[in-house]
Amino acid sequence: MKNEAVKVIKAKKKYILEQWFQNQLENDGLREDLITNEDQRIQSEELLNSLTASISDNNFDNFQSRDFEKVEEILSGIAIARARRGFSPRETGAYVFSLKTALLKTLSEEISDPKVLYTESMRINSLLDNFSIITFETFIKGREDVILRQTDEITEISTPVIKVWDGILALPIIGTLDSSRTQVVMENLLQEIVETGSSIAILDISGVPAIDTLVAQHLIKTVSATRLMGAECIISGIRPEIAQTVVHLGIDLSEIVTKATLASALKMAFGMIELEVRKKATPKVL
Amino acid sequence: MIVTLSKDSIKITREQDTIFLRNRVKEWATKIGMGLVNQTKLITAASELVRNMLKYAGGGTVDIEIVSKGRENGVKLIFSDKGPGIKDINLAMRDGYTTGRSLGLGLPGTRRLVSEFEIQSVVDEGTTISIIKWKNG
Amino acid sequence: MDRIPILKMGDFLLVTIQVDLYDQLAETLESDLVQMVKKYNSKGVLIDISAVSIIDSFMGRILGNISMMSKIMDAETVVVGMQPAVAITLVELGLPLKGIHCALNVERGMELLRSKITQDIQEDEEDDSYSE
Repeated sequence: MKNEAVKVIKAKKKYILEQWFQNQLENDGLREDLITNEDQRIQSEELLNSLTASISDNNFDNFQSRDFEKVEEILSGIAIARARRGFSPRETGAYVFSLKTALLKTLSEEISDPKVLYTESMRINSLLDNFSIITFETFIKGREDVILRQTDEITEISTPVIKVWDGILALPIIGTLDSSRTQVVMENLLQEIVETGSSIAILDISGVPAIDTLVAQHLIKTVSATRLMGAECIISGIRPEIAQTVVHLGIDLSEIVTKATLASALKMAFGMIELEVRKKATPKVL
Repeated sequence: MIVTLSKDSIKITREQDTIFLRNRVKEWATKIGMGLVNQTKLITAASELVRNMLKYAGGGTVDIEIVSKGRENGVKLIFSDKGPGIKDINLAMRDGYTTGRSLGLGLPGTRRLVSEFEIQSVVDEGTTISIIKWKNG
Repeated sequence: MDRIPILKMGDFLLVTIQVDLYDQLAETLESDLVQMVKKYNSKGVLIDISAVSIIDSFMGRILGNISMMSKIMDAETVVVGMQPAVAITLVELGLPLKGIHCALNVERGMELLRSKITQDIQEDEEDDSYSE
């Protein structure tokens, strides 16, 4: 038996597209601030064209069929574009669901036998449901991409290595120190040590909100790695609260040189490379 | 879901094979664009596991695979030997524990260097350890 | 058999590791170095590992051994030029090579060795003056 639904969809393509577009209008699915009506129409038409082209009697029940790859590709493209442009999940979902409504409506108009109508509707249902799942997956993936990119940017921005003096580097850490951040801090610091030939690195943690065992471990790791490179590491900016938590948690920082302020760390660094800072002697006025 | 993209296998019978393995792992890791630090961690881990294999089982095979999970690509290494096996895996995974004369950092240290670590061992039959290092992991 | 060359420079021994090490090679280096320290009565050992891309627990242990063995034969050891990636890996592995002196490059390493040795001599002299 020839599949009724496939026949109807292929024959009534234009009508379905009209219906679909009508549905979108009713659903407030059109966001003219984000995408023009014209673009949306072109997008929808492309999607429907590829759907009617790839759908056949053989693959109708099997939405994992490779024939639908093209459709899925277009859908993913639309979903990702929407995620980036700032469409809400509801708007993106409504886009696919309104196609389903249009298809079902067309079927009900064209197929008179209730039994056939029912089975065909069920099939359309499961096919389109699968398409919506794909849309959602890619939509979320698109959003995640945005978040990941931002995270990367923040990590990059927030760990500058500053050369404060010949042979002395400073690294102000702002925000929480987790393991991936520690990795970036370590890499940047060690690379900079090699490039500048510095022998002292000051890690300023004034901007770290809290220290727990894990953060302390990350700090100790950074210090150990710096030492392996042949440079000394001073940790500065230990606030009273931090000193308290460190002791209460029983964290052993005894192998690390710590200073309360960046100024005293710098002073110590000067001492280590045998430099002296003095007030300029004012020449006596005769 | 983890998908295997390509595969290779290396036989380990003597110490010099370690260097060959390191180079292969480096080649594959470079191919997927893994950064230098992660590459170094992966190769160090491989080096530790191959040593164990040579020391306790006299050799074995290492399968190298490029795997992908979602957006991430990674290198997977499977070390299998037909050696004496490990009696107590929990104990072997503890820092500082060793039956040979070493620092006892091999297994637990290796686990810290890679993203995923799986060990299966049957006494008198052999040990299989598989590790994965994700490109950005 | 492969061997890593050891150069004698005055009171110091200089080793530049240019190849990837396997265990046997590292063990040979260890025993060769200790022999050389004895033979030339060296005061310092400088190991340049700037070309080494991998240090695992075995290699780390060999470096530690060399340092300790030289120490009891009255020679200081300085390891120079470790790659950042290697340093990060060693720390992650749980092997911060405590007790080994490190320096950024050969030049700094030499300075460090010299300062350590003059320190020792000064201390010796102080000891001597005590006994008088």
